[in-house]
Amino acid sequence: MELRPHVSIRNLNVFYGNEHALKNITVDIPQKKITAIIGPSGCGKTTLLRSLNRLVDSVDGVKVFGQILVHGQDILDPKIEVTEVRKKMGLLSQKPYPLPMSIYDNIAFGPRLHGLRDKKRLDEIVERYLREVSLWDEVKDRLQAPASKLSLGQQQRLCLARGLAVEPEIILGDEPTSALDPKSSQHIEARFLELKEKYTIVIVTHILRQARRLADYVLFLYFGELIEHGEASEVFENPKEAMTREYIKGTIS
Amino acid sequence: MDRVKKSMNRWKIINRKKIEERIFKCLMVASTLIILAVLLLILATVIVRGLPTLSLAMLTQVPRGGYYLGQGGGVANAIVGSLLVCAGAIGLAIMLSLPTVLYLNVYARKSSPFASFTRFSFDVLWGVPSIVYGAFGFAIMLFFGLRTSLLGGILAVTFLILPIMSRTMDEVVRMVPAELLEISYCLGATKLEAALRVVIRQSLPGLLTAVLIAFGRGVGDAASVMFTAGFTDYIPTSLLRPAATLPLAIFFQLGTPIPEVQNRAYACAFILTVIILMISVGSRLLSRKFTKHNLR
Repeated sequence: MELRPHVSIRNLNVFYGNEHALKNITVDIPQKKITAIIGPSGCGKTTLLRSLNRLVDSVDGVKVFGQILVHGQDILDPKIEVTEVRKKMGLLSQKPYPLPMSIYDNIAFGPRLHGLRDKKRLDEIVERYLREVSLWDEVKDRLQAPASKLSLGQQQRLCLARGLAVEPEIILGDEPTSALDPKSSQHIEARFLELKEKYTIVIVTHILRQARRLADYVLFLYFGELIEHGEASEVFENPKEAMTREYIKGTIS
Repeated sequence: MDRVKKSMNRWKIINRKKIEERIFKCLMVASTLIILAVLLLILATVIVRGLPTLSLAMLTQVPRGGYYLGQGGGVANAIVGSLLVCAGAIGLAIMLSLPTVLYLNVYARKSSPFASFTRFSFDVLWGVPSIVYGAFGFAIMLFFGLRTSLLGGILAVTFLILPIMSRTMDEVVRMVPAELLEISYCLGATKLEAALRVVIRQSLPGLLTAVLIAFGRGVGDAASVMFTAGFTDYIPTSLLRPAATLPLAIFFQLGTPIPEVQNRAYACAFILTVIILMISVGSRLLSRKFTKHNLR
């Protein structure tokens, strides 16, 4: 498998007050592949993910050191425009959070923020991304209905479509199926497998089987340290580190 | 034998808990009923004593000579005055509260000492008696050389309702899930865009409630307008003219020894109640229309 790095993380250290949440992480995230971040809860998976779009900035007393390079540009550079960084990364959170608007306005929210006003273009965008997450047929007759009326699984797909509509390069998923029923989870997973043709995808998951099903590349974190990373088949079948082996076998969690 | 004893004991405990439960439930129901009874009693008094006196003339005419002695006329001056004072005060208070609240919740850090100090100040201001705001407003008016006027009343009532509105709005906006803000940032929104397009929308019903609570407090307060808005038999034609208000109309009419005039005070109380009722029902309906998209 040929892996070209899309995001290069260099010596990333994150502190919450005195707590050292991420310890000297250096790793490349491959382009147009699904990278899964695995590890026990509280090990820094979500922190790592939220460093990528600088959502960690909003935590009180957080300090971030190191570099995260996207196309050679350090997104941790304080001079960089944060909204531009975030625009490149679509985030899918644990629970779907539709914006308090109609289905249509949810998708159109991002494009409108970035200055698109043309009704016809917006219509096209809404249809295109709803199709991309295969939600179009379910909602095409009620685009003006409140997004909160959809089922949780549909809401999560809507959130995915909403993220895609700002044309990101990278999709970040923070345990994106943990609030969903098995059927809806399957739906989301299937979308991820399609979307990796066009996007780089990074997901945090505590479900090992999900990581096995989806991931091309795996990062294993344990108490803020990157213990092991590599191609998924390697890490799962033939882990180099004893700790990884234990975690995959389920003896530590 | 031992087992029997044990089960008897257990049964006793359960029984005691059941009795406890029943007693406390009764106490709670009783207090609820007392509160309801007080409310109904107030309404009944206002209706029984006020409604028979209420007439179209009372709503549409200003007091004629000798009105306070039982002659003809009405309290249109006070109705219009109250509405004007409150509309002005609500407008000013919203212009000050909303930015404050958005700053506290979207821009300020969660552990910011400045934010907690601001909230604390609002709590303190909330407890300040309205006569103090009246006196404060009066002092400011003297400083600027204003006389009792609609403007003065608006300013005093703004001071009075500002902490109430801000603090209530703050509680409401704090309930907006942090994730909604994060999501907006992820889509490339700035803090301002997130605040205006998402936070306000999500918290609209609560914001309206805050405005209503403030309105209710402002429209019914006599002490703050006594020295600032003054009282007049005419409908104010400019911001610098004095304005009558319903609470003061009630106060003056109740103070006369003439029973018919006292009954007019109750009629005014009835009008005040109906105004508050209409505004709350109306805004609830409006808010329902605007928030059908909200997360619940």
